[in-house]
Parts: sequence; structure tokens; C-alpha cells
Amino acid sequence: MLIEPGEFLLLLPEIFVLAMACAILVLDLFLKDSERFISYWLSQLTLVFAAVITLALDNGETHTAFHGTFIADPMGASLKVFIHIVTAAAFLYSRHYLSERGLFKGEYYVLGLFGMLGMMVMVSAHSLLTIYLGLELLSLSLYAMVAFNRDSYPCSEAAMKYFVLGALASGMLLYGMSMLYGITGSLDITTIAGRLAEGVAPPVVVAFTVTFLVAGLAFKLGAVPFHLWVPDVYQGASTPVTLYLGSAPKIAAFAMVMRILAESVGSALSDWQGMLIVLAVLSLAIGNVVAIAQTNLKRMLAYSTISHVGFLLLGILAGNPQGYAAAMFYIITYALMATGAFGMIILLSRAGFEADEINDFRGLNQRNSWYAFMMLILMFSMAGVPPTVGFYAKLSVLRAVVDLDMLWLAGVAVFFSVIGAFYYIRLVKVMYFDQAEDDQPLASGFDLRFGLTVNSLAVLLLGLFPGGLMALCASVIT
Amino acid sequence: MSNLPLLSLLIWTPIVGGLLLLGARSLDCCNPRPVALAVAMVTFLASLLLWTGFDISTADMQFQEKASWVAAFNVYYHLGVDGISMPLIILTTFTTVLVVLAGWEVIKEKPAQYMAAFLIMEGLMIGVFSALDAVLFYVFWEGMLIPMFLIIGIWGGPRRVYATIKFFLYTFLGSVFMLVALIYMYTQSGSFAILDFHVLKLGLTEQILIFLAFLLAFAVKVPMWPVHTWLPDAHVEAPTGGSVILAAIMLKIGGYGFLRFSLPITPDASSELDWLIILMSLVAVIYIGFVALVQADMKKLIAYSSIAHMGFVTLGIFLVFRIMDNNAGSLQGAAMGLQGGMVQMVSHGFISGALFLCVGVLYDRMHSRQISDYGGVVNTMPVFAALMVFFAMANSGLPGTSGFVGEFMVVLASFRADFWFAFLAATTLILGAAYSLWMVKRVVFGDIGNEEVAKLKDINGREALILGSLAVAVLVLGLWPGPLVEVMEATVNNLLAHVAVSKL
Repeated sequence: MLIEPGEFLLLLPEIFVLAMACAILVLDLFLKDSERFISYWLSQLTLVFAAVITLALDNGETHTAFHGTFIADPMGASLKVFIHIVTAAAFLYSRHYLSERGLFKGEYYVLGLFGMLGMMVMVSAHSLLTIYLGLELLSLSLYAMVAFNRDSYPCSEAAMKYFVLGALASGMLLYGMSMLYGITGSLDITTIAGRLAEGVAPPVVVAFTVTFLVAGLAFKLGAVPFHLWVPDVYQGASTPVTLYLGSAPKIAAFAMVMRILAESVGSALSDWQGMLIVLAVLSLAIGNVVAIAQTNLKRMLAYSTISHVGFLLLGILAGNPQGYAAAMFYIITYALMATGAFGMIILLSRAGFEADEINDFRGLNQRNSWYAFMMLILMFSMAGVPPTVGFYAKLSVLRAVVDLDMLWLAGVAVFFSVIGAFYYIRLVKVMYFDQAEDDQPLASGFDLRFGLTVNSLAVLLLGLFPGGLMALCASVIT
Repeated sequence: MSNLPLLSLLIWTPIVGGLLLLGARSLDCCNPRPVALAVAMVTFLASLLLWTGFDISTADMQFQEKASWVAAFNVYYHLGVDGISMPLIILTTFTTVLVVLAGWEVIKEKPAQYMAAFLIMEGLMIGVFSALDAVLFYVFWEGMLIPMFLIIGIWGGPRRVYATIKFFLYTFLGSVFMLVALIYMYTQSGSFAILDFHVLKLGLTEQILIFLAFLLAFAVKVPMWPVHTWLPDAHVEAPTGGSVILAAIMLKIGGYGFLRFSLPITPDASSELDWLIILMSLVAVIYIGFVALVQADMKKLIAYSSIAHMGFVTLGIFLVFRIMDNNAGSLQGAAMGLQGGMVQMVSHGFISGALFLCVGVLYDRMHSRQISDYGGVVNTMPVFAALMVFFAMANSGLPGTSGFVGEFMVVLASFRADFWFAFLAATTLILGAAYSLWMVKRVVFGDIGNEEVAKLKDINGREALILGSLAVAVLVLGLWPGPLVEVMEATVNNLLAHVAVSKL
């Protein structure tokens, strides 16, 4: 079996990112600190071209390459483009922060690019082996990035926790994958799905396998009860790293869940649906309730992530294209909101001062009413209040759940989202109703300010005109 | 003229105007007050075109606009008004003009944001009244919470943060269950059009669950006993303008919801559970009436009086089933209950708004809302005193004022349902008079209470204009309610005919 030369074309975005990341890594060695911006701009250029190549190659058809280990399909292409956009935003927001603290090094961007390469591989994986390969590439880059500020004690601690728990999760997932291989004799997703549908294995064995797969995925997503690493890592890592790891990897994790649960073991829906219901309800409950008690904004956003993962799982557990499309819409919009929210922390921080406490946002409306308004949009969107896009994300997920006749589940979800609304509007309260104590000007980088404005207005505009993105999500999921 | 998208203009003129005010503020180029007034006036005048162009002979939706909005969900940007929503839209535009005027001198802190919040609010409220698509309705309905949350929280009194978070969470909790009900009906009918929901066949259990979800949303908004507790807090802490909008318009949205959603979509559940609503309404009328009697804070007193008066509205709306049962399906008497409820809503919009403005006038001068801090205001502020006494009279249902018309119609209708309903409802005539007039007696009449009162200056031209125009409205509606009743007649009859047919 030879590999056709044309198959390399399908991998062009990945090959391009890999080549550029290696080139930047080498080039960075020869740069002086004052010329470090070259690495930064090359990284941004890489992202732009990767997105362009991905879009140019996508013709709405599905192809596999390298003996079926790699797949290029419309869902993968659009997820990759969103990953590129969100990563570009993360790089943009962190530039100012890093350079003020003497952390403006090529490693951040190179590791970020390698991590993104891992995400792209996850998105386009069509074999259990490729999925694992992408996941490990992403995870290893993230461990290193969390430990990036190596003189900082909390960063090192967070990195250690993340590494140990992440390795455990990978182990779980790998164990599930090995059992799947044992049952079906294949690593190829299509073959696995076909064999399972034929009923090659006793249901108990399949259920046992699915349990490990779900546990591994839940670890990576940060769903309760596998969520314990999330708050510590979010709070411990420096803000640009939290921003990076809290946004784009979520999109890749969604793709991984799709490839494994929906495409590989889709015929065992009755097994994993129940598990996801439990995970979703617990995530909604614990995430929303515990977030109320937080005083640290990064930690609060970590618990908020957990609750959003609960909503995401509601869409996936529907087990039909409508639910998957709703989940995809949810995760893309969530990544957009999370990027904006962490970007706001960066905007308020300055050398020697981290604005990661909720009280650091006191009186922001007096200090700068425009960015207070931007944060207001983001917070109401996370709470799911129209006319922001968060409302439509919740609406489409709820519709998928109601369609399954699980009205009680929809009821539970909206009940906890009301509890969740409390801590989001508390931040609005702090910004608008409290007196400012801190009168230092905000971070001044033009690119940061412009990016945040575009980011928040996108959340609002997508809320006014959600039709396009919704149609896109529905059309790429078949 | 007929091609003019009038409703869209009414919705978006104030919203865009408000956003421009927010944007222009950073340039510091102009005084936000005249701009806001101009926008509010233009919107009000444009809304009068609704009245003049309205065809009272039909119950169909008029001034319709329809465009695809979210194709994936079959959601349309679909607007239209009928005899129920049209008067409420005009009430909204009228009240907003007064609110802008009322905040003219008082609001010194961030006036542009204040005016912008009210203008955006106005557009959203008109959107709620004219949306014919459930998602569009919900977007406007929830969107309203954001400006109101900020209005109370930024310009409110000492306990504003507590009050505004309570207000937000209460209403949010109520409405999310309505959202689940709307999505459920979408999965049943494949459409989010409210008019499609009206003809959607639903079993009794489904209807009851949907009815309860709606009840939670609308009862919080009205507010009905026992979910009323956010209202006194919100009213007391809100700035005068916020109280006026809350009492005059936002409470009406709950009543409107019952008429637009609960009755036509779940007629059988409404008929099955009408005892619950009637019970809650009568408790509101009597118990809350007594609660109002003992208040020491003027704003709180008027807030409780609002709850009691809104009890009349829900009573009038849900009497229809008892009347139809008693009269063997005759719709004649039932129509009176519904119309009475509607007239009461409009009238209460004027009267409660006026009373809150009166308290605002006093508060601006004395910075106190306690009844005990006043006394003998008539000696220093005779013009104001005359107006306040007039509004208090209207609040207690004096014949000749609009307060009388609605209450009288509802009491009359309740006689046809059950003597005891009428008997209990009529106690409001005593209670309402007691708390309104006793407050006026303590505040306005008597000897001058203290030196502060002795220094009071009578109302200026701007305040006289606001209160005077409301007084005219109250009188006109009280003496000549014909036009309002005619406007809604076809719609009310159509609604009753629809409700009378079981969906089972």
C-alpha cells in the first residue's frame, strides 16, 4: 500500500504549521531580546496562513489519507479555522503582558504553535492512534506552558498538578482505547464503528470500554467529578497561559469527543448517554454553586468553565446531528467568550500587579466605561442573557435536550443557569455599582484594546445575527 | 404610508438613539438631556400613528413586518400589534417622555448613561409588546433586564445592590422556565410563531405544565402574591424614573403575557387552574391592601398598592371561565372582565406613574420618603398638593377618574362569576381609599410638620407639565373610556371565542 502524493496535500495545514514552528524555534535562538517581536509576528503569520490554507483546501468533501489515519472533512476544517482564530487572539492578548514582565520569549509562541498542531491533529484524527498522538502533543505543550514562568511557585505547582492528573487521564483514555482495539481488532474509527454495530462484543464489555473512554474524556474536558485540576491550574498558571489553555483546546477536546464517542462508539449511545447525563448534571450543579464562593476571578472562571462543559455535554448526549451541531455552536461561542474574559484580566493587569481578583474590577465603569461595557457583554453572554450569543448557545442545546423528551434535564439546566447568573452579574455589580479604588490607567497596547473590542462586539453581533454560525455548524455535522 | 415599517422604527429609534448618546458622551459634545427628549418625543409622536392608522373592526395583527432571522431555528423577525398591545405601546412611549423630563435636573451623575438606559429600555419594551415570534419576544423580554438592572444599581438608593440583584434573579428564574416551555412547543409545532402556538393542539398534562411555566414567568413580573417580594425592594431603591417605568410598563408586561400566551395557548389548563389565579389575585387585593396600609415609606406604600391593583388585572383576566360556565357559554359578560383588566392596566400605568413622580418631587426637595418626615405640604406647595390629592383619589377609584373604570368593570364582571369574588374584590374600594387617602392626609394636610417642610418651594413648570399631562390622561380615560374599549373590543372578543373552544 503506497501513499499517494495527493494525500500530502490534505495535510498541508499541519505540515505548514510544523515547518513554521520548527523554523521559529531555530530562528529565535539567533534573535536578540529587542528583536523578539519577529518570532511573535511570524507566529501570527503562521496562524493566518494556516487558516487560509485550511479554508482553501476545504471543498465540502470528506477524504481520508495515510491508510485512513487522517481525515479531512468539513467539520474538521471549520473547527481548525476557529482554533486558529482563537489562538491568534490569545497570542495577541498576551504579547503586552509578557513583554512587561520580561517573559516575552519565543518559547511561549513556539509551544503555543506546537500545542495548536496537536489540536489540529486531534481534530482531523481518524484513528485512535492519531487521536492519542495529537492529544499528547497538545498536553505536553500545555504542561510546559503552565510551568513557563519557572520562578513562580504557583506556576510550578499548577504545572505539576496538571501533569500528574493529565497523565492519569491519558492513561484512562488509553486503557479504554486498548480495550476497544481488543474488541474490534482495529484502530480505525470507521472499522471500529462498523464492528461494534455488528455486535462483535458482549454488551458488558462494550459498556466497560465506554466507561474508561468517557472517564478519560471527562478528565480532559474538566467535567465533574473529574474536574479537580481545573481551578488549581487556571488560577496557578500565568494569565496568558490560562487564556490559551482555557479557549482553543476546548474546541479540540470537543472534536476528540466527537471522533471517539459519536463516530467510534456511536452504536453504544445507550451506554454513554446515561453517563454523560450524570456528568452534565453534576458539572452544572458543582460548577455553578462553587463559583459563587470564589473571590479570585480566574478561579471563578474555572468553575464557570466546568458549568459550561455541563451544557456542552447536554448537547453531545443527545446523540443526534442536531445535538452535535448545538454542542459545536456552544463550544465555539464559549471559546470566544472565555478568550475575551481572560483578555480583560490582562487589560487590567500591569507589571507587578495581577488583576485576577474580582475586587480588582471595582468601579471599572468610572475608570473606563467602554471596557466595562465590553466586560458586561461578556458576562451577560456567559450567563445566557439575550441579546448576546450565549443565549443562542443555551437555546440550541436546550432544544436538543427537549427534543429527546428529557424535559426534566432541561429544567435542571435552566435552574442552575439561574444560580450561575448570580456570579456573573456580581461582576457587573462590582464594575458598575462599586467605587473605584485603583486609579491606574489600563494597559495601553493598541492591539490588545482593539482585539478585545472586536472580541466583545463579536459576542454581541453573533447574538443579534446567530443564523450564519448556526447554519455552518448544522451543515458541517452530518 | 402603509409600507413604512412603523413598529421597527418605534423599536429601533430609541435603541439607536440611546447607543448614540452613549457614544457621544465620550466626545463631550452635547447635553444629553435635549437629545434624549427629542428621541423620546419623536418616538411618542410616531407611536400616535399606530393609533390613527389602527383598524378597530378586525382582530387580526396589524402593522405586520416579517423577515427571516435565524433560519436554522425557523425564527422570524415578526412584528405586529392588535387591540391589546397597541394601547400598551402608546403608554410606553408616553411614559418614557415623562421619565426623561423627570430626570432632567435630578440626575447629576452620568446623565448620558441614565438617559440612554431609559431609551434602550423603551425600545425593548415596545419590542416585547409587538413581537409575534416567541424567540424574538424572549430576547426583548430578557434584554429588558439589563438596562433595568443597571438603572436600579447605579442611580438607586442605599440598598440598591441588594434590590437590583434580587430583581434580576427573581425575574430571570421566572423566565427561564418559560423558555423551556417555548422550546417544547417549538419541538411540537416546528415553529416559534406565537400565532402558531395559539392553534397548536396540546394534551391537558402538557397544557398544565406549560401553563405553570408561563405562570412562573408572568406572576413574577406582574407581580402576584406570593412572588411579589422583589417589587417593594426594587421600587424603594430605584430612582424615580426607574420606579415609574417599573410600575407603569414592566408590570403590565406580565398581564400582557397572560393575555398573549397563557389564555390562548393553554385554554384548558387556564380553565382548570383558574381558581389558583383567582385565589392569588384576591389575596393580593386584600392582604397586600392591608400591608400597604401600615407602610411608613411612601414609595413602599405605592409599591404595595401596585401589587393590589395588579391583582385586579389578573382577576379580571381569569374570571372569564367562571362567567362562561355560569352563562352557558355566553361571552358577553366575560368580555367585561377582560376589558376591565386591560383598562385597569392602562389606568394603573398613569396613576402609579404619577404617584411615583409625586414622591419623586418631594424626595428631590427633602431627600426623605418617610411619611412621618412630612405634614402640611399643602401650605407651601398648593399646586403640587392639589395634583397629589387628585392622583391619590384616582388611586382609590374615585368615579370620574380612570381608576374607577377598570375596577368597576372587574367588580361588575366578578358578580357574574360569583358573589363572593365580587364581595372580596370590592373591599379594595375601602382599602384603597384608606391607604391612599391616609397617606395624603399625613403628608399633605395638617399643620406644617417641621422647618424643612416650611422651606419647600412649589413645583416648577417642568414638574407641573409632567404631572399635569398625567392628570389630563387620568381624567380623559375616566370620563370617556370609549375609545380605549373600542380599540380592544374586536381583539378581546376574538380572544374569548378562541379561549371558549377546548384544545383537547
